[in-house]
Amino acid sequence: MKFTFSKASRKRGVAAVVTVAASAILLTGCVAPTGDDSGDGDANASGSITVIPKSLGNKYFEASDKGAAEAADELGLTFTEAGPTATGSADQVPFIQTAIQTGQGAIAIAANDPAAVCNDLKAAQSAGVKVVAYDTDTDCRDVFINQATVDGIAQGLVDLTSAHLGPDGGTIAILSGGANAANLNAWVDRITAIIEEDHPEITIAKVAYGDDIDEKAYQEAQGLIQSIPDLDAIIAPDTVSVKEAAHYLADTPEYQGKVWVTGLGLPSEMVEYIDSGVIEQFGLWNPEDLGYLASYAAQALINGDITGAEGETFEAGKLGEYTVGPDGEVVLGPMFVFDSSNVGDFSF
Amino acid sequence: MSAVMTDPAAAAKYQRFGRPLWRRLLLRTETAIILAIVLLIIIATATVPYFAQPYTYLTMLLNSAPILLMLIPVTLIIITGEIDLSVGSVLGFSSVIFGLSYAAGVPLLVAAVLAIVGGGLIGLFNGVLVTVVGLPSLAVTIGTLALFRGIAVGLLGTRAVTDFPEEVLGFVISPIFGSPLPMVTVAILVLVVAFAVLLHFTPFGRGVFAIGLSPEAAAFSGVRVNRTKLILFVLSGLVASATGVYYTLQYSNAIGTNGYGFELQVVTAIVLGGVSIWGGRGTLLGALAGGVLIAALNKTLQLAGIGSDTISIVTGAALIFSVVVASVAGSISRRRRGKASAIAAGA
Repeated sequence: MKFTFSKASRKRGVAAVVTVAASAILLTGCVAPTGDDSGDGDANASGSITVIPKSLGNKYFEASDKGAAEAADELGLTFTEAGPTATGSADQVPFIQTAIQTGQGAIAIAANDPAAVCNDLKAAQSAGVKVVAYDTDTDCRDVFINQATVDGIAQGLVDLTSAHLGPDGGTIAILSGGANAANLNAWVDRITAIIEEDHPEITIAKVAYGDDIDEKAYQEAQGLIQSIPDLDAIIAPDTVSVKEAAHYLADTPEYQGKVWVTGLGLPSEMVEYIDSGVIEQFGLWNPEDLGYLASYAAQALINGDITGAEGETFEAGKLGEYTVGPDGEVVLGPMFVFDSSNVGDFSF
Repeated sequence: MSAVMTDPAAAAKYQRFGRPLWRRLLLRTETAIILAIVLLIIIATATVPYFAQPYTYLTMLLNSAPILLMLIPVTLIIITGEIDLSVGSVLGFSSVIFGLSYAAGVPLLVAAVLAIVGGGLIGLFNGVLVTVVGLPSLAVTIGTLALFRGIAVGLLGTRAVTDFPEEVLGFVISPIFGSPLPMVTVAILVLVVAFAVLLHFTPFGRGVFAIGLSPEAAAFSGVRVNRTKLILFVLSGLVASATGVYYTLQYSNAIGTNGYGFELQVVTAIVLGGVSIWGGRGTLLGALAGGVLIAALNKTLQLAGIGSDTISIVTGAALIFSVVVASVAGSISRRRRGKASAIAAGA
């Protein structure tokens, strides 16, 4: 009897030891490869940048981080991309902490929440880490790389449209997204104002709203084209609306060539309509350039060339010279136009 | 076997076959988890650069504090065989109530009390639906998870309340007198001790285990099953909403999405800590150790520059590994015990 018990407990004892040993191996296996990287990090403590996108696996941020890596490579900065898999308000915090501890020269971050990352970004700044916000501003950073201003986007879309319509002008409609979306409304208001001031030959017949829903935007596009007989063009400053307006044109060949559509779109969604010739051009900004500029701004901050004060200038490689605007904002530039020559180069 | 047990001499004999205390301690899941934490920290200190800094421990605890706080009452709920998946949403709801009341001019402390009372009421709502109406807690708390997340996001919309007093914010994230531990450690320890005493050293706590093993048997033994569950759901609501106030101050940010998905991190830590999801088995120390192991694992991998996708894979693998090992060890032990009882009965 005794024998049975001691054998049982010995076996369980062995099982427990095996469990602990196995966990240890599991953990060691995960940690082991790190020893190699540390050498680089220590050597160029200030010559390093960590880019923290909103989340990993997002094609838009893959593109911007690719640009940031390219610039870091040109500058000789050690580049690290680290980010969460989810977009919770505080999910980026651990990556900021890691950047502080590993003594990065700069952090470039597209914050999911402007306030939640602030404690840690402030800690980074007081530890001497320069902070560049890109894509989305935060409450505590040295500079913000703004991909587009309201003026830049509105002017870009009006220029494309007036170039298409020519000196005779014509009748256009605007197909926006949600009626309450602040950024979209700002663009629509600015487009309306620019047309009123500079393009008396263009008439805006109607502003419709697709509510960011595919079917709704499709129906609104259909409504605009059918109800306004002399409609020449639609400006859709929202990715869902421009895609669905193009979709409706693709479905109704009788309107192709009669109604011209442009707007702000994603190359991955628009490529089929560009390839089939349903639409010719659409705009957005180039996320690769956005990341590229963020890395150059980080380098300028590390070198002390800029501090984030208005009027300072820095060189940004292939993009040329940039000036820091009010509030530490650096504007990437005018709207980037996609057409059949370049739409295939982008995967976001 | 019952004949053997009622004979005092045989019972004494049976007891002598029990393992010595040190060996019983060594064989517990929580011991294995604590050993794993110690091993991990030793390995990380030796191989991961910068890990040895106090800042590592400070941020590790700050990042995991909300989970460590919320898992304390949820552990007791899981031991009764029920579950509370609404804690993440209660955190968000409480954060919004706290932020909105503070922004409306209510003093900070009163706003905190309002938020915590609100969370207690959600706990009461969960508890009443589970005990009085008799609905399964899985369904009820998935319902309140969606319901109160919706209300929280709806109340604040895309706005956020961020202008909390600087001195309070600074206090919340500051370390305790030069130690690498943040202030919230005190709250975690106080709650753990209070709930551990409740669970392991009171008749109420024995009732919690009895309900998890068999609610009918517990009821017939005089355990007030419904009252026990109701109290636990209210406690869970109170702790989750207090965590909401803390979280709001930690990040100086009241928004409706705060605490999104935390409920699964809470359950992961508890199950990793050796608490049976079927109820009746587990300790508070184990659940807390499970939470700390995940926090330490995250911190180590982040500092080692390993991507969050891989970290997620490692955490998942560790959970499955621990559950499989616990289950295999359990079935071996049950088989052995069955044989041993048979032999004892035969004798």
